[in-house]
Amino acid sequence: MNYTWNWHIFLEPNPTGAGTYFDMLLAGLKVTIVTSLTAWVIALICGTIVGILRTLPSKAAGWIGFAYVEFFRNMPLLVQLFLWFFVLPELLPRTAGLWLKQMPNAPFFTAAVGIGLFMSARVAVQLAAGIGSLPRGQKLAATALGLTTLQAYRYVLLPMAFRIILPPLTSEFLNTVKNSAVAITIGLIELTGAARAMQEFSFQVFEAFSAATLMYLVINIVVVIGMRLLERAVAIPGYITGK
Amino acid sequence: MLANFDFDVIRRSLAYLFIDGMTFTLTLTALAAAGGLVFGTMIALMRLSGYRVMGWIAGLYVDFMRSLPLVLVIFWFYFLVPYIGQWITGSSRPIKVGAFASSLITFILFEAAYFSEIMRAGIQSISRGQPAAASALGLTYAQTMRYVVLPQAFRNMLPVLLTQTIVLFQDTSLVYVLSIPDFLGAASKVAQRDGRLVEMYLFAALIYFTISCIASYCVRRLQSRIAIIR
Repeated sequence: MNYTWNWHIFLEPNPTGAGTYFDMLLAGLKVTIVTSLTAWVIALICGTIVGILRTLPSKAAGWIGFAYVEFFRNMPLLVQLFLWFFVLPELLPRTAGLWLKQMPNAPFFTAAVGIGLFMSARVAVQLAAGIGSLPRGQKLAATALGLTTLQAYRYVLLPMAFRIILPPLTSEFLNTVKNSAVAITIGLIELTGAARAMQEFSFQVFEAFSAATLMYLVINIVVVIGMRLLERAVAIPGYITGK
Repeated sequence: MLANFDFDVIRRSLAYLFIDGMTFTLTLTALAAAGGLVFGTMIALMRLSGYRVMGWIAGLYVDFMRSLPLVLVIFWFYFLVPYIGQWITGSSRPIKVGAFASSLITFILFEAAYFSEIMRAGIQSISRGQPAAASALGLTYAQTMRYVVLPQAFRNMLPVLLTQTIVLFQDTSLVYVLSIPDFLGAASKVAQRDGRLVEMYLFAALIYFTISCIASYCVRRLQSRIAIIR
């Protein structure tokens, strides 16, 4: 293999003039983390609302939930990001479109919202399944206690369902982190983008991608350990996961 | 507002979009799904085999692939495949690999990690009595897998495998980062050449949406039919 390895490349100054190549990758890592967390908050909020809609007895609510999930699930994430980034500003009234286009950090906001909504469909499906897996008696008991539907969800069904779906939610969160790499296509310099830029400037392709790979692995380990601690903290006594 | 848009650009580029782009996307999807399934089944068998080292290697492979973003894996293989080719053929310089071969290798190896987990669940869904009965009949381990376990595992997991293939179909759009003219890549090339981003991206979204919707509807029907038989 006639490739010149140079692991010292990380300590050399990067072409932007601000620090070393390693600093460049760290900046990318920070963007990946911030984008994923913002997207995850959006995914949890929208996913919870849609997930609840899918479990309500009302037919109309179920239909809205179904349509929402189908809409966000049946288009590639990349296409959705293009729709938000390139198409939406043109379809809005002129002033709103201009405002969107001139917004600083537009790629970041587009990525956070686009990935957040994309993932929210998956969260909704998980949550609906979680609520569906609860014994019917829980809802009935809540009603018998005089709780309104809203209160039953708030105090009984959601706390139970979220605990049940915590393991699949962990992998959905990791998917959110991985999906943030797609934002490279709308010009967001996240971790993969930073590694790609480093490769283009320094020609040290394998070092750059190895470092990015290692950072993704570390994110994975940290998230899995964190979620395991969270699972233990919220486990309900008397259930298999509890003591 | 819509008067500013020129939807005729779609009609003019239909041939390029579908004959070049969609053919690439569908071929890549089909071959990657087939290759991923074969390779993934091998990984699943390795993982469930009694040999601890093999299981350990397979597990490491799956965990590794599943913790990386597909975009990064695409970049990895795009740069790595020429060197692997050089190493295998023993030539003096990195061999030139076409866009199609490079993306196909990437998707087969990446999707194998996902398909292997599905096949593993399928194999584990077969009751213990079946392989025991097979070996009582005098079948070897390979024959047991080939004639008894794998066909049933495959059948049980068919809806999930097809759903994963729909995901794969959508994921192939990511070869856009290598400027390969798959369906989205072709749409994007026309969009940028003619300055018609809105029309082309809306059209691409519509086509992906329609195909995925029809495919997932068929999978749901298949699922309910299988559920009735069992």
